[in-house]
Amino acid sequence: MSIFLEFLQVIAWICILSGGILVIIGALGSLRFPDFWSRLHAASVTDSGGVILLLLGMGIHSGFNLITFKLLLIGVFLFITGPTSSHAVANAAWVSGIKPLRKKHKKSGIDK
Amino acid sequence: MLRSIFTAIFLFALWYLMSGIDKTLTLVLGAGSSVFAVWIVRRMDDASNFKRLSVHLRPIEFVKYIFWVLAEIAKSNWTVIKIVLSPNMDIKQKMYKVPFSQKSDLGQAIFANTITLTPGTITVEVEGDHFLVHGLSYSLDDHAALADMDRRVSKTEGIVDL
Amino acid sequence: MISTVPHFVFLIALLMLFIAMILVLLRLYKGPTLYDRVLSTNSFGTQTVLFIGVLGFLSGRPDFLDIALLYALINFVSTIAILKFFRYRAIGDILIKREAKK
Repeated sequence: MSIFLEFLQVIAWICILSGGILVIIGALGSLRFPDFWSRLHAASVTDSGGVILLLLGMGIHSGFNLITFKLLLIGVFLFITGPTSSHAVANAAWVSGIKPLRKKHKKSGIDK
Repeated sequence: MLRSIFTAIFLFALWYLMSGIDKTLTLVLGAGSSVFAVWIVRRMDDASNFKRLSVHLRPIEFVKYIFWVLAEIAKSNWTVIKIVLSPNMDIKQKMYKVPFSQKSDLGQAIFANTITLTPGTITVEVEGDHFLVHGLSYSLDDHAALADMDRRVSKTEGIVDL
Repeated sequence: MISTVPHFVFLIALLMLFIAMILVLLRLYKGPTLYDRVLSTNSFGTQTVLFIGVLGFLSGRPDFLDIALLYALINFVSTIAILKFFRYRAIGDILIKREAKK
């Protein structure tokens, strides 16, 4: 039994560390990418993968009690609001006329 | 009336799970505050003429859908991570149209949020019967994948009476 | 032995989140358009929520999660408020203004 619990702890550490790496990758992407529309995608790596892995790791680490419920609540909330706010940013930018960058640095709109 | 009672019980359960205190006085205060919140909401119901939000979802299908979405998030995360870490970032970004087949507002919101949640695609605008989606690494397979996601979202929504 | 490893893991995760926050702040400083800045503010908020949670576990007081939950709520509302302000140049009664224009 205790070996099983220690195994769970190791899984929790792996989850937390890989979640931290995903958050760094998301931040790095939002620094490296060339234009606004690609930066949106880099930020959504943090919003989905990093949040899931970090909260899952913390939940496994704490065991099953009220803390797990709070973590679940934070996770559900971030899952609903993360996409909503990034859609809001994207929509505001689209309305204000920022168009995606093409490879030859031409301005372009929608193409079918 | 039944709906208000269930809402009060739900709010009280939420309050208890957040606080976790067992003293009688705090429990009574928590119950009182949840009943008060429900009373305020009912009072605002009379003042405004908004339509009540109705949720039509099939629970079992929805849980299955959540697990499918988690797998999908893992896959598309990997794609975006490879693009971020490769020295020459080969971004083939494109705006394209994705038709949706959901009837209720909630189904459409779930579909749009799922598109945005998976890294690599973002819903930009809703126009009539299709979304405008921006893709990071566009390929022709994306249309088939998003049509599959559309079918799965439609399966989760139950009978809609409009 | 094994009781010291979680401390170490949480410390590393905290440092990773710190580095990510600095990178996002650089984008906030550089960002050519307003929307880049709003986007980096939003992801800075998400990272702050995770940072507060990990900090609570590191210091052995998981009650910090309440603060993290509150921060998530405020972060969402502030992003929407900033975007709404820069789109309509008003936070409050937009509907009334629109109808008055018609």
